Amino acid sequence: MADPMKIRAAMKGDVCEIRVLMSHPMETGMRKDSDGKAVPAHFIQTLTVALNGKAVVSGQAAPSVSRNPVFGFKVKGAKAGDKVTVSWVDNKGDKRSDEATVA
Amino acid sequence: MDMIRRTVLKGASATGVLAGLLAAGVLKPTLAYASDWNKAAFEAKDPDAALKAIGAEGGAANKDLVMKAPDIAENGAVVPVDVTSNIPNTTSLSILVLKNASPLASHFEFANGASADVAVRLKVGETSLIRAIAKADGKFYNAQKEVKVTVGGCGG
Repeated sequence: MADPMKIRAAMKGDVCEIRVLMSHPMETGMRKDSDGKAVPAHFIQTLTVALNGKAVVSGQAAPSVSRNPVFGFKVKGAKAGDKVTVSWVDNKGDKRSDEATVA
Repeated sequence: MDMIRRTVLKGASATGVLAGLLAAGVLKPTLAYASDWNKAAFEAKDPDAALKAIGAEGGAANKDLVMKAPDIAENGAVVPVDVTSNIPNTTSLSILVLKNASPLASHFEFANGASADVAVRLKVGETSLIRAIAKADGKFYNAQKEVKVTVGGCGG
């Protein structure tokens, strides 16, 4: 299980800004370690952002997303106290889901 | 099929043989990928093929699709890219780094009040155009920007 995500969700006017920091190596599979062996690919493939249980953003990522990815999204129609759930699945089947409350 | 598998497993150069078989299409990779991850699109080696695989096309340039990215990225491993579509009814955004080995970097779909606005950080291997494709009402629009990279971000 990977480390928890850091999720910040705050209302700015009538738009809820969501920022997520995921803790993940995002190995491309092309990098070599100090022994010259290729480091196997290990990266987040799909992610979902849900507001009060309803999916608002569904994303797919390639290994070309940076290590410890940061994503920012904006959602209309949210209000303070709403629950934001972010989840991801990587190419090894590892997954993580975390929640935050809109401030 | 079983014969082939035995040979492959015994072979000292198993990986080489496997790669050959994969290329020949004899063996299909059966790894358990997340069901909705579009393997063909993300592993495509040229931008047009990637877009086609994800059901998009190049589209026309549109000033309502705004992409923010640095002119020069000192560190290609972390290049912040912000894409905002002000085109009404934008339902999906795709971001491609044209010179990367696999150009398609990410693809997002929006629903239930989410704005077509996304911020990501990408690895950029060498100086390249970064292109965003938006889908709105079944039509495609694009915006692009060149990012100069002084240190590549794809390891090696």
